[in-house]
Amino acid sequence: MKRLAALTVAAVMAAAPAMAELVFPSLSYRTGPYAANGIPFADGYADYFTLVNERDGGIGGIKTRIVECETGYNTEKGVECYESTKGEGALIYQPLSTGITYQLIPKVTADGIPLHSMGYGRTSASNGKVFKWVFNYPTNYWNGASIMIKYILGQEGGDIKGKKIALVYHNSAYGKEPIRTLQELSKKHGFELSLLPVDHPGQEQKSQWLQIRREKPDYVLMWGWGVMNQVAIQEAANIRFPMDKFIGIWWSGSENDVLPVGAKADGYKALNMNLPGSDFPIYADLKKYVFDKGMAAGAGDQAGTVLYNRGLYAAMLAVEAAKKAQEIHGVAQITPAMMRDGMEALDITAAKMDALGVPNFGPEFSVSCADHGGGGQAVVQQWDAKAGKWNVISDFITPDKSVIDPLIEEDSMAYAKENNIQLRCN
Amino acid sequence: MFYREAGDFNTSYKQDNQTFPIKFDRWRYYAVLAVAFGVVPFFINDYWANAVFVPFLIYTIAAIGLNILTGYCGQLSLGTGGFMAVGAYAVYKLMTAFPDVSIVIHVILAGGITAAVGVLFGLPSLRIKGFYLAVATLAAQFFLVWLFNRVPWFYNYSASGQISAPERTVVGVAVTGANTEAWAKYMISLVFVVACAWLARNLTRGTIGRKWMAIRDMDIAAEIIGVNPLTAKLSAFAVSSFFVGISGALFFSVYLGAVEVGEAFGIQKSFLVLFMIIIGGLGSIFGSFAGAAFLVLLPVLLKNTLVGGFGWATDLAAHFELVIVGGLIISFLIMEPHGLAQLWRVAKEKLRLWPFPH
Repeated sequence: MKRLAALTVAAVMAAAPAMAELVFPSLSYRTGPYAANGIPFADGYADYFTLVNERDGGIGGIKTRIVECETGYNTEKGVECYESTKGEGALIYQPLSTGITYQLIPKVTADGIPLHSMGYGRTSASNGKVFKWVFNYPTNYWNGASIMIKYILGQEGGDIKGKKIALVYHNSAYGKEPIRTLQELSKKHGFELSLLPVDHPGQEQKSQWLQIRREKPDYVLMWGWGVMNQVAIQEAANIRFPMDKFIGIWWSGSENDVLPVGAKADGYKALNMNLPGSDFPIYADLKKYVFDKGMAAGAGDQAGTVLYNRGLYAAMLAVEAAKKAQEIHGVAQITPAMMRDGMEALDITAAKMDALGVPNFGPEFSVSCADHGGGGQAVVQQWDAKAGKWNVISDFITPDKSVIDPLIEEDSMAYAKENNIQLRCN
Repeated sequence: MFYREAGDFNTSYKQDNQTFPIKFDRWRYYAVLAVAFGVVPFFINDYWANAVFVPFLIYTIAAIGLNILTGYCGQLSLGTGGFMAVGAYAVYKLMTAFPDVSIVIHVILAGGITAAVGVLFGLPSLRIKGFYLAVATLAAQFFLVWLFNRVPWFYNYSASGQISAPERTVVGVAVTGANTEAWAKYMISLVFVVACAWLARNLTRGTIGRKWMAIRDMDIAAEIIGVNPLTAKLSAFAVSSFFVGISGALFFSVYLGAVEVGEAFGIQKSFLVLFMIIIGGLGSIFGSFAGAAFLVLLPVLLKNTLVGGFGWATDLAAHFELVIVGGLIISFLIMEPHGLAQLWRVAKEKLRLWPFPH
């Protein structure tokens, strides 16, 4: 039965070149409590593919096609979207939801379609030896936790022994990801960690912030998404918590999160894996080929925001991987399996980012068979409420790999054992 | 014409009490079963299984469960999501603790564990009624979700708090895990649905079901005629939770494969199942099927028509879906407060007279 299924899949893939297009599904969410963050990402993702089609005539001469499917950040709808789009020859999935990512990891592994969870999803998927079809470059949550602590170490002159650090997190797989790493780091650096879960969707956080007010932690870290972010920043402002000691992960650092709080959000910090703003040569191209032609996705009002740029970045990495795949296999109409080879050989250098019109946009990194996680670097950005923009206040910081690598090894090996996976790349 | 009792003579008490008294209905029932078991599995693909049939069948079991408690015994419950979570976590713990035991046994045991938990949370029903009981079961909902999020033992100390189903087989065919064929998922759900519906139908028309209905219609009168409210109410909680637990176990292991409790078994799930039985029809097994079909299939159908057929933007379609489903629910409730099952009953009455209604 399975062989038959594999043959059918192979036959479908062999028949695919007749369609002459490269299909990129976009599992987006433009509705529900997380829509404010889902919309800019989906717009950026779609606009980049429009740009590639309009400016370059597609990838390697073949037009790309976006298949958008609304998930509402809901895993059941995510499954429905996956099943309904995979038959169209989907090359890569980027669901922008840790819950849906967990759901899809076994499915894509069975179906042979690459999954790219850029800075979210299952951290230990960066071990390519175990997770053949899953990628999470350029960085992941455990790296994010380590970068935050490293940044705090820098602020405190290298010693945070006895300091109190609180983690405010979305009480879900997403928010729980950094806990293990932070616990390890607290052992290593001697800080006190307190955990404050916030339940979905996160509109009610009075008790958590009351606790923060009572415990007076030196730093508060946040793993939030959607409406939870703005509420947390508002509550922090209400209890007059010093904003420059409040650091969010890259999903808690967009304009949507700070603007509703107004002037009081000034000084709030967050990590980022791509630079914010529109001072990049690529925006001239976007204006010429996409915006001015009226082909912008959605309402077209998101350009230059943090999450729009991240959508662009995600699409850019997918397109670069597709180009790489075409180069490796010498065919323009690539299959999901070829796409995977392209992703595994991806090498993003400063020169390449310059050529793409996005100098210094993200970290330099390369992917290999064993390492699906990239370098793991991120910057710290700070919100300037007066100017209404994010300022980048650090270089790309490298995480503490000596703590994270053993954790990844441990977690991925447990997964491999549970699911009888043969290790690759030997 | 062909839909009538005339000419169909019952010669025994058993025949007189059969579920489908009309010959045409009986044949239709066998035909549906034959198609469901003999035809669909050969044509089903991943999309139809994962997006349509499997969720429909699993929600049907949950709706049957809640219908026993709310529709037959009159105890309003908002704890369905929490009880489904009990089923899911029970089957997960059993699956990982005893990998050699058949998954079918685990699912049934998970139903049993949920029944025990249901009885525990059903105890307040002896003292409080109506809306107040609904609030008490709401507490169960929040408590259970909090418990499964809070105590790492339930999710085997995994870093993310997610539980994921390992591969398990029934007579050599994988029914859980990523490599499950569409037809295997469909078949295991179907077998459980048919067994549950058959069990529920026979429970509700026997002594125990009559006791439940007596309690529902007027509990004081029921007590006077000799129905023990303690056993009647608690047995309703137990049986209802048993079905809900089975549906939760299948929901996690067969349908989704990986769940996180707050998202999959939150309060929305309780309301969804409650809406299913209200729209389908309280106190009707057929109503559980109809309600589940309405709320599971209609959004998928609308999405495919609006986005796939008319090419609308996905967000516009998602918003319109809410408007259309909401509008349909309101108009249904105004035109037929007793649900789709009542529509079906009226249609059957009409059919009996057709084509000469007086």
